[in-house]
Amino acid sequence: MIQDSYIEDIRKSFPILHQKIHGSPLVYFDNAATTQKPIGVIKAIEEYYTRLNANIHRGAHHLANISTERFESVREKIRAFINAQETSEIIFTSGTTDAINLVAQTWGRQNIVDGDEIVLSMLEHHSNIVPWQMLAEEKKAIIRVIPITQDGEMDLTQIDSIINAKTKFVAVNQVSNALGSINPIETIISKAHAVGSKVLIDGAQAVSHFAVNVSKLDCDFYCFSGHKLYGPTGIGVLYGKKELLEKMPPWRGGGEMIKSVSFERTTYNELPHKFEAGTPNIEGVIAMGPALDFINETGWELFSENEERLLNFVTDELEKISDLRIFGKSKNKTGVISFQIEGIHPYDLGTLLDQQGIAVRTGHHCTEPLWNFYQVPGSVRASFAVYNTLEEGEIFIKALHKSIKLLK
Amino acid sequence: MNIQEKQQEVIEEFAMFSDWMEKYEHIIELGKDLVLIPEDQRTDENLIKGCQSRVWLHAEKNEGGKIQFSADSDAIITKGLVALVIRILNDEKPEDIVGADLYFIKEIGLGEHLSPTRSNGLASMIKQMKLYGLAFTNKQS
Repeated sequence: MIQDSYIEDIRKSFPILHQKIHGSPLVYFDNAATTQKPIGVIKAIEEYYTRLNANIHRGAHHLANISTERFESVREKIRAFINAQETSEIIFTSGTTDAINLVAQTWGRQNIVDGDEIVLSMLEHHSNIVPWQMLAEEKKAIIRVIPITQDGEMDLTQIDSIINAKTKFVAVNQVSNALGSINPIETIISKAHAVGSKVLIDGAQAVSHFAVNVSKLDCDFYCFSGHKLYGPTGIGVLYGKKELLEKMPPWRGGGEMIKSVSFERTTYNELPHKFEAGTPNIEGVIAMGPALDFINETGWELFSENEERLLNFVTDELEKISDLRIFGKSKNKTGVISFQIEGIHPYDLGTLLDQQGIAVRTGHHCTEPLWNFYQVPGSVRASFAVYNTLEEGEIFIKALHKSIKLLK
Repeated sequence: MNIQEKQQEVIEEFAMFSDWMEKYEHIIELGKDLVLIPEDQRTDENLIKGCQSRVWLHAEKNEGGKIQFSADSDAIITKGLVALVIRILNDEKPEDIVGADLYFIKEIGLGEHLSPTRSNGLASMIKQMKLYGLAFTNKQS
């Protein structure tokens, strides 16, 4: 049984939570957009610029050595976090979007040809749609889409015709950002491999909710962003199987990614540096260290227990509200609840909740195809994190009732 | 009343409200008085697409050379904000609309709605109203 005192202790590490917005205590329920940062992360950024700043992988001086060491130790920490086989399989990117574009522009341009099929799902974020559309347009490839059920679960009844002999690549998310559904990626990965296709998993919404094991999943690529994982913005990770990454051409050219350069011939650096042109986001990577420490020290159990009790409480309370429709009723979901009230625009609700200090997301959440499927313009989305309390859930429900009264 | 005086009137009106609820209740009420855009003008061309709520806006010049606006929105708070801006700029000369400084929005504590991150289309609507003003000014000369 979860102790409220645990959550109170955790909250003490998040300075941003202790403030008033429009005169009311902040209730931050927009965690699927970005999570707040524990003090360790904030201090690491400060420490980096006050004591460590130096460009990595080059200088022969003391600061450059320490920075490089700290930077590379986080790479190893991330390898362990997702259980990759080798540290060189961890490529730092600016985020999930950047990681997906990297794969589309390297593996994709190298391997996709006229008539090949790329499989996505109805639940994808725009960032896991558009890079593939751009590639498909260039290569005359065909995009196929895994449909969903009304409950917001991937509908696998036709999967054997969607993933077929022509399928070259499958890119799906592990957890839907708009609905929170946890998708059956194990099945999709094995179906894709059975027809010789490669698979990328967009883990942006998964990594902050449960342990991910890329070796067990056997996916070819996996990507996520640091800022949704209690870490800083502007840093993300692409995991790729070594044998694939080695065959892929580099994407961006510049310093760091080369072995030697002459005007006649340039040779490229080894993994992972081949894909990390230019000075990286050094403080972003270093500050990911304490973010992962925070998760490891807290333990996944507390994350899931806390999110689940909030999800259950808020779901029960929302179901009592007339004309309210919850989108995404998968039995297997993370702490995300998306809903709409008949006759009330999500934007109006978001505005009035904000007036009461509550931060939620409203709109299409960068998943327009999904809302076209439901034939609504979007939803209000409340998403929970380990530092949210049941009391905040109660405040949210009360504020929601107040807003509805004003709007109806 | 000119644009300046109308803004002053709105500022005084909003000064009476003691909390956010009363303020927003009033905004919602104002939306109900909005001169709705004629059905045949509710076109994609007249749609100002913000990221979240949609606003349709139409303008015509009357015989006195002044601009008459009509509009609508699918979100009722946006609709109220639109009504408020139209109340200030409606029935004014094109050149006055182009030059108007709408300081009342910040004065009554609604400045955040002008930020592009709110994506409610209010900022783009004001821009569109001024463009109408400019277009009608050019037609005149």
